[in-house]
Amino acid sequence: MENWKKHLQVEREHWEQTTVKKVTDRFPERKETFLTGSREPVERLYTPAEGDDHYLEEIGFPGQYPFTRGVQPTMYRGRLWTMRMYAGFATAEESNARYKYLVSQGSSGLSVAFDLPTQIGYDSDHALAAGEVGKVGVAIDSLADMERLFEGIPLDRVSTSMTINAPAAVLLAMYIAVAEKQGVSADQLRGTIQNDILKEYIARGTYIYPTKPSMRLITDIFAYCSKEVPQWNTISISGYHIREAGSTAAQEVGFTLADGIAYVEAALQAGLDIDEFGPRLSFFFNAHNDLLEEVSKYRAARRMWAKIMKERFGAKNPKSMMMKFHTQTGGSTLTAQQPDNNIVRVTIQTLAAILGGTQSLHTNSRDEALALPTEDSVRIALRTQQIVAHESGVTQTVDPLAGSYYIESKTNQIEEEALALIEKIDELGGAPKAIDIGFIQQAISDSAYAAQKDIESGEQVVVGVNQYQMDEEAPKDLLRVDPVVEKRQVDALHIMKGGRDQAMVEAALAELKIVCQGTENTMPAILKAVYSYATLGEICDVMRDVFGEYEQHVRL
Amino acid sequence: MRPIRVLVAKPGLDGHDRGAKIIARALRDAGMEVIYTGLRQTPEQIVRAAVDEDVDVVAMSILSGAHNHLLPQVAKGMKAEGIEDVLIVGGGVIPDMDIPNLKIQGIEAVFTPGTTTETVVSYIRMNLKRDLAE
Repeated sequence: MENWKKHLQVEREHWEQTTVKKVTDRFPERKETFLTGSREPVERLYTPAEGDDHYLEEIGFPGQYPFTRGVQPTMYRGRLWTMRMYAGFATAEESNARYKYLVSQGSSGLSVAFDLPTQIGYDSDHALAAGEVGKVGVAIDSLADMERLFEGIPLDRVSTSMTINAPAAVLLAMYIAVAEKQGVSADQLRGTIQNDILKEYIARGTYIYPTKPSMRLITDIFAYCSKEVPQWNTISISGYHIREAGSTAAQEVGFTLADGIAYVEAALQAGLDIDEFGPRLSFFFNAHNDLLEEVSKYRAARRMWAKIMKERFGAKNPKSMMMKFHTQTGGSTLTAQQPDNNIVRVTIQTLAAILGGTQSLHTNSRDEALALPTEDSVRIALRTQQIVAHESGVTQTVDPLAGSYYIESKTNQIEEEALALIEKIDELGGAPKAIDIGFIQQAISDSAYAAQKDIESGEQVVVGVNQYQMDEEAPKDLLRVDPVVEKRQVDALHIMKGGRDQAMVEAALAELKIVCQGTENTMPAILKAVYSYATLGEICDVMRDVFGEYEQHVRL
Repeated sequence: MRPIRVLVAKPGLDGHDRGAKIIARALRDAGMEVIYTGLRQTPEQIVRAAVDEDVDVVAMSILSGAHNHLLPQVAKGMKAEGIEDVLIVGGGVIPDMDIPNLKIQGIEAVFTPGTTTETVVSYIRMNLKRDLAE
C-alpha cells in the first residue's frame, strides 16, 4: 500500500512537471487559486486515496493517454469550453444579425444551421425546396449569400462550426473564399465542418451521393485541409443524431466510434498519414438527462478512442489519440408541455457535458419542441452555460467525478457494451456495410420503440407529459419564418445569376466534372467553381451526374 | 373484417424519422397493415403511393416547419384523384396556431409532441371513413 502511494506520487509529480507544465507555460490557468463557494481552496486534480491498480492504466492523468479524465491537463481551469449556439434561419441577413447578437451576449464561437435544401444541395428555386427555404436554418445558394452571412464578422477572430455534410466541401470552399475576400488566409481559419455522411445514412437523412464517392469527398477534404487549412477540424463524427433517433448511451458511443474507424480506414486507404489527419478529427455527442450515465459515457468514449487510435491504427502523436468533442443538449428530451421546465432539463444536461469534459457546448432553448427558438429563449440557454461556468464551481478541478464507484463502473460498462457493438460491426465488414444491411438503423429503432413504450407505460416518468400534467394555454411568441423569405431568396438568386460571368461558371463546372470523373483531389476545382459564383445546386448537380445518388434502405 | 391499411409518409426534405417509425410500428402492433414510404417524399409521390396501395389512412410526419406548404398539397392531390374516403392525419413539431388552417385544408387530425401511440391508434380506429366489412 505504501509503495503504491509512493508510485502514484511519483507519477503525479511527473504529470505536473511534464504534461501540466507544457500547457501552463503557454496557457496559464484562469486564476492563481481556485476556491469553493465557501472560499476553500480546490486542487487541480484529485487522485485515489488508496491503492488501486486500475487507476494508472485505465484512468490516469488528464492530458495523458488514455485521456479518460480529459484531453487537457488543466481543463476548465485553463480555459472554459466554447459556448457555441447553433443558429440560422431565413436569409443570410437575418442569421447574420442573430450571430452578432449571440457574440454580443458572450457566445464564444459561431455555429451555422443551414436549411434543408442547402444541406441536400438544392438551390432555393428547386422544386423540392418549395416550403423548406429558410425553415430549419439559413438558405445559402452561392458565395454571394455566404458573403452576407459573415458580413462584419472577422473570420480570423471567431471559430465557426458548420452543420453541413453531403455538400460540406462546397460550403467549406465558400467559407475559405469569404475569408480571402476579408484578407484572412486559409491557414488562420478555425472551425469545424460536420462532414459525417455515415450518420446521415443512419439517422439524420441529409445524404446526396452513394457511400463510396461520399467517402472520397471526405478524404479529399482531410488531405486538402492538412496542407491548406491546418487549424480546421475536418469532420465532426456525430453520435448526437444517433441518440436523438433513439439509441441508448452505449449505442451512441459504439456506433459513433465504428463510424470513426471507417473514416480512419478510408483515409489510410487514400494514402494519408494517421498522425497528419488524426489530430483534426473531432466528435459530437448528445447530453441527455441521466447525469451520471452521460458523464460516464464521455469518459468511456474518450478512453476508447485513444486506445483505438494507438492500438488499432498505430498512431504515434498523442494529439491523434485525443478525442475532442462538441456536445449539444438532447432535443428529444424537451417537452412541448410546460416548456419552461426544459430550462431545468437543459441545466442538468449542461452539467453532464461539463462534468464529462466537453470542448464546446450548444444548449437547447426551452421552446424547441414547438418551433425554432426566439432570441429570449436562446439567451436563457446561453446564460445556463454561463451560470454553470462561473457559479456552480464544477469547473474548479479536473474531472471531479472520477473515482466515484458508480461513475467508474458505469464508464467500464459503457466501454464494454460499445466495444461489443464495434466488434459486431467489424464482423459485418465495417460501418458502411452494417448501414447497408440496416443493422445499425434496426438497433436504434428497437431502442427508440422500447423507450416510447416505457413512457407510455409510465415506467419512465416525463414531467408534464405522463405525470404532473396541467391545462395550459397555447404558447405565444413562437418564432415564425415568414413565407415571403422564400420568394426573397429566390429573387436574389435569380438576380445574382443574371449578373455573373456565365462563361466562367460553365468552364469551372466543366472542369469540376472532369476532376470528379478522375481521382485527383476535388477541393481545388470546387473552390474555383465557388469563386465563379456557380451555385450550390449547380455544383452538387455536376457531382450527382458523375456520382449518382444514395438510395435509402427503408426498414422499420 | 379486413385490417386497416395505413400509409406512413415523410413529406419534404426532413430527415427526422424517429416519430414516423415509432408510429408505424405501433400501428402494426395494433393489427394494422402499414406501408412506410421512407424519407423525402413529394406530395405527388405520397398521393401515388396512397392510391397504388389502396390505403384507408395517410399519416404524415413532419418536423421541418414546411407543414403548411406540404400537408395541404397531399389532401388536394387525393381530392384531385377523386378519393374522398381516406383519412388524412399529420404529426410532428407543428405549432398549435397552424392546426385550424391545416384542418380546413383537409388534414383531419394533427398530433403534436407528447402524443401517445395509443391515442393515434384509437383516433384512427374511431375516425375511419371506409367500412372495413366491405
